[in-house]
Amino acid sequence: MGQNYDYLKAIAPESSNLIKGLQAVQTREGYVSDASIVAVADYFHTPVVETEGVLSFYAQFKSTRPGRYQICVCDGTACHIKGSPLISEWISTELGITAGETDADGLFSLETVACLGCCSLAPVFSINGKVFGNLDRKTTIRILKEYRNK
Amino acid sequence: MTISDKIRKIKIGMASCGIAAGADGVLAVLKEHADKIPIDQVGCFGHCYCEPVVEIETVDGGSVLYSRVKPAPESIANILALGKAGRFQINPVRQAKELLKVTRLAGVIDPTSYEEYVENGGYAALAKALAMTPAEVVDEVKKSGLRGRGGGGFPTGMKWGFMAAKTAEQKILICNADEGDPGAFMDRSLMESVPHQVLEGMLIAAYATGSTRIFIYCRAEYPLAIKHLYIAIGQIKQHKLNLIAGREIDIVVKEGAGAFVCGEETALIHSLEGKRGTPRFRPPFPTDSGWQGCPTMINNVETFGNIPYLIAEGAASYAAVGTATSKGTKLFALAGDLAHPGLVEVPMGITLREIVFDIGGADPAATKAVQTGGPSGGCIPVEKFDTPVDYDSLKALGAIMGSGGMIVIGKNRCMVETARYFLDFTHRESCGKCTFCRVGTKRMFETLERITAGAGVPEDLDFLAGMGPKVIKASLCGLGQTAPNPVLATLRYYRHEYENHVNNRQCDVLACDKLVDIKLDPAKCVKCRLCIKNCPVDAVSEDFIIDNNKCTRCNTCIEVCPKDAICRVKKGEGFYRE
Ligand SMILES: Cc1cc2nc3c(=O)[nH]c(=O)nc-3n(C[C@H](O)[C@H](O)[C@H](O)COP(=O)(O)O)c2cc1C
Ligand code: FES
Repeated sequence: MGQNYDYLKAIAPESSNLIKGLQAVQTREGYVSDASIVAVADYFHTPVVETEGVLSFYAQFKSTRPGRYQICVCDGTACHIKGSPLISEWISTELGITAGETDADGLFSLETVACLGCCSLAPVFSINGKVFGNLDRKTTIRILKEYRNK
Repeated sequence: MTISDKIRKIKIGMASCGIAAGADGVLAVLKEHADKIPIDQVGCFGHCYCEPVVEIETVDGGSVLYSRVKPAPESIANILALGKAGRFQINPVRQAKELLKVTRLAGVIDPTSYEEYVENGGYAALAKALAMTPAEVVDEVKKSGLRGRGGGGFPTGMKWGFMAAKTAEQKILICNADEGDPGAFMDRSLMESVPHQVLEGMLIAAYATGSTRIFIYCRAEYPLAIKHLYIAIGQIKQHKLNLIAGREIDIVVKEGAGAFVCGEETALIHSLEGKRGTPRFRPPFPTDSGWQGCPTMINNVETFGNIPYLIAEGAASYAAVGTATSKGTKLFALAGDLAHPGLVEVPMGITLREIVFDIGGADPAATKAVQTGGPSGGCIPVEKFDTPVDYDSLKALGAIMGSGGMIVIGKNRCMVETARYFLDFTHRESCGKCTFCRVGTKRMFETLERITAGAGVPEDLDFLAGMGPKVIKASLCGLGQTAPNPVLATLRYYRHEYENHVNNRQCDVLACDKLVDIKLDPAKCVKCRLCIKNCPVDAVSEDFIIDNNKCTRCNTCIEVCPKDAICRVKKGEGFYRE
């Protein structure tokens, strides 16, 4: 095992910790690469196919490198009712990417998620975990500009 | 800044909803200007519509609330001088209808303070339970009539009884904190605001059932809840409260990884074991064989949240609230088209009308329905709002109690599109094990896509009505067994909307993009050119005509127009350039 994965050693190498291990990789690298899958499978003594199977089952795991700012547009019920598809469309237009993509300079990536638990402020999105609520077009664009100029 | 000498303590709501509304900025300014006064960071008290909220406790024991506080020095100065601006009074009607039992301390105490929880009666119920025999505790829960709050409504005491009867070296207790219903946040709020109360419930359950290990399976989208749980668990261990009947009980938080089906108990157990979260056939039930073959009992966060006050006040007092078959109070996460979204706690048996209109402040003239139970539930039309809320009466309407998500749907929303939304969710979340769930929900989703795109045919409605019951019958777990509910309920109550889509290719409320055009009214237009400048596809010409061939119906022009001169119209009424 390459030394890059030393941080896995904090987790006991039992197969029941497989998801925890993948989460650790994703927290560290931002995504789970093919090389990481092999390393994790090796560490937890699970076949690579099984590791892949677990990985692909859960929506949380990403297989491509995300941008510096990860935008998660909520498309839970409350946000959907309050117009989240339009929010997604406006962001797409502003950044030139659709859900699942990262822009050319690696600054923003966009995805839709189901419910961030702030339904009372719908529609909402989060950037790197920070949630913004009561969005309309103007605030959406303003927030994106603020991050772009950071 | 002059600070009123009447101020004893400042409280600021710092749950996720507060932070999202900007409470962290307000806190920073408060700390800067009021460095001599204790500032308590509390959880959510349910009135999310007025976040960020600051409460000032005065020396005479009174309290003043300020809503929608801005992080500007002027607004903080106003608060610290106990000014009149921005003051807020809890609606007395809401206050009279609510019954705060489970959320009594939410937004009142600092969730990271063990001492504040104890000062407010915390862990007294655990002490009381430990003075009883385990069987007496189980009996008490049985007598209370408490039913599981995770959606199924299974009698909690009966489940505890099954578990207590098991003899095994290892017995596992799991708290289901996956809160998969997109549009619900009761469990998040409890874990963030009163983590100790939920944990106290678990410790009582562990004692009553003889469990040896506790897992909390929490969805990863709730980082603050996870943080507060960790802090509280640390404090519990420090005070040795997890030493139950001479045995140390390990409490572990495991983060989910974003799969709705993992809220189902057998799938959850698979996920805890590090596997794909697919449900399996029951029996064996988890209490017979669960996590790594051990007897395992799963309860929901809110179920555990009920336990401390149930034990403290006793089963008889608990059961005095509610209806014949549903006892106690229930939390609802109110969101959608209403004035006062937030978390409410009401006695079972209250009517939907009281929740949605009196408490939630929704406009009766603008409300069409309410969706309970999320993607597993159904819509309840406004005509049925006098129905008392309990497990059985909601089921009779084709909806379910669910875990407590309640989305108010306004008259301007399309019910076919709402059904399409839910099926989009469930067909993607199906784990793929059962054919009818995997393929049936997909076919239903595709049919709904076609209908909302204006390409439906009348036979599609028969297909939906026929396929729904088949999916329900031929699915192993609750996901497939409930996935068709949103479609069947909307077909039952809003068939005319479906018919308008398939027969006339029209959407009643101009919501479905493929069935509308965008039109600019020259009489209202002031030629400010904002629409021309902002249209992402250059669909607005220099002479202010919108070309519906180019237009993607993104609503940008409608949003930017200062004169409301642009609106959605029926398909065919807009202009199409050759
Ligand atoms: C698809 C599906 C998703 C579920 N999601 C949840 C959930 O997010 N939280 C929860 O507590 N129960 C959920 N349940 C219900 C659980 O299977 C289980 O009944 C519940 O956790 C038992 O706890 P209770 O008796 O305290 O309600 C779900 C069930 C199904 C079928
Ligand atoms: S639906 Fe968007 S935060 Fe819950």
